[in-house]
Amino acid sequence: MEQFFNFSVITDNFTYFMIGRFPHGPLGGVGLTLYLAVASCILSFFGGMILGLFSISRFALVRYPALAFINLVRGMPLLMVIFWMYFLMPALFGKVAENNTVIMALTLFTSAYMSRIVVAGIEGIPKGQTEAAISTGLKSWQVMLYIVLPQGLRNMIPSFVNQFVSLIKDTSLAFIVGVSELTHVATQINNRTMAFPTEIFIFIALIYFILCYAFTSLSRWLEGRLSWSKAI
Amino acid sequence: MRGAFSPPTPPKKAFRVLNYTFDWSIIISGKYFDWLVSGLVTTLKLSAISIVLAFILGLIIAVMRMAHSRPVRWFAHAYLEFFRNTPLLVQIFFWYFGSYKILPTAVNDWLVSTNFEFAAAAIALTIYTSAFIAEDIRSGVLSIPKEQMEAARSAGFSYLRSMQYIILPQAVRITIPPLVNQFLNLAKNSSLAMTIGVMEMTYQARQVESYTFKGFEAFTAATVVYLLLSIAITALVNVYNEKVLNVHKAT
Repeated sequence: MEQFFNFSVITDNFTYFMIGRFPHGPLGGVGLTLYLAVASCILSFFGGMILGLFSISRFALVRYPALAFINLVRGMPLLMVIFWMYFLMPALFGKVAENNTVIMALTLFTSAYMSRIVVAGIEGIPKGQTEAAISTGLKSWQVMLYIVLPQGLRNMIPSFVNQFVSLIKDTSLAFIVGVSELTHVATQINNRTMAFPTEIFIFIALIYFILCYAFTSLSRWLEGRLSWSKAI
Repeated sequence: MRGAFSPPTPPKKAFRVLNYTFDWSIIISGKYFDWLVSGLVTTLKLSAISIVLAFILGLIIAVMRMAHSRPVRWFAHAYLEFFRNTPLLVQIFFWYFGSYKILPTAVNDWLVSTNFEFAAAAIALTIYTSAFIAEDIRSGVLSIPKEQMEAARSAGFSYLRSMQYIILPQAVRITIPPLVNQFLNLAKNSSLAMTIGVMEMTYQARQVESYTFKGFEAFTAATVVYLLLSIAITALVNVYNEKVLNVHKAT
């Protein structure tokens, strides 16, 4: 078995898998994967919030464009969104770093999915809350900001964590535009060494699994932890 | 603050889009149109084969997940967690580049004799999707009252037979809308097969782009096709839901 599988390719390149050429060059590997996932998660939190609120707005002029955008993105494969960004961003903004192209694509894509979570979270708050708030004289945006969202957000947290797990998995697609995250690093090492594809891909699958499983477990734990809020 | 001697501002970059000359004719007919159509056919073929296999595999895993034997249950649980928490792209690469070491020689020979890219993509998509389908089926089964199982068992059916004849036929009917959504996801996920050279929709769009430099037209065509696919399938699910709802109302 030792002859058959040779995991020395992993130990030899371990730092490269983890952080790329970081201290002396650009960040790569697991470090870049996490950076892309965290950056697009934070951006798409706000994107999803805006899209979600727009898509349940009373004004048709705001609602329909938001709904159209959400359905457009949800009907497209992520790969397509990445290609669109890859061609559109330079045309619109001149030279854009690949990292930012990918963050932009992931943000647009995930925002559309997050907006559904936001809408579900808002709809989960009993109507009586809104009515009570309006009858105390709050304006509708104040009702949303001070009454509904603070409660709704707590219910959304587990779903947000799940979305973050999807994001970690989706960052692997950055490979296609040459961003040196974990999958790209793996294919690089595979192309260089030639003889150990099985070991390399099992290893990075395990890394992704550990990352994602940690957050999946976190979201399950949070779901149990936050369920008291249903008592409202 | 700009100084008095600052250079003239260059024209805004955004206007570069307007310099692009659109030429839709290349997409609508001719060689490139044929490429895109063949890409669509490959996408549909890949999705159809994978969804059928994934359904069968998902059904097996779902039944194993609810089995009485603890090792069987744990195996199914590990399978689900592992394949759901690993990127599809990595799985595709694993089956394409790395599977030859773990598969028997006969299987390898057979795979290489067929269209290997297609086979690797189909295997990866099948396994990835089966993990999601198994969860859908499981939640469908859990929604069937427990008494059904108890009644079946006391009528003398074995566990597997009561699953086969009593529980699953009911559960699968409830599971059809999420299953169709999984098919939609699968069709979208099949775009990743382009990374190992399967000539499906996205691959062909990319190909048209690199032959003609008409990226916007090519990607618009592919996007529209994906959108039409998802609109059509979503409409089908809605019709099914309404029908099921009507059936429930009638009874």
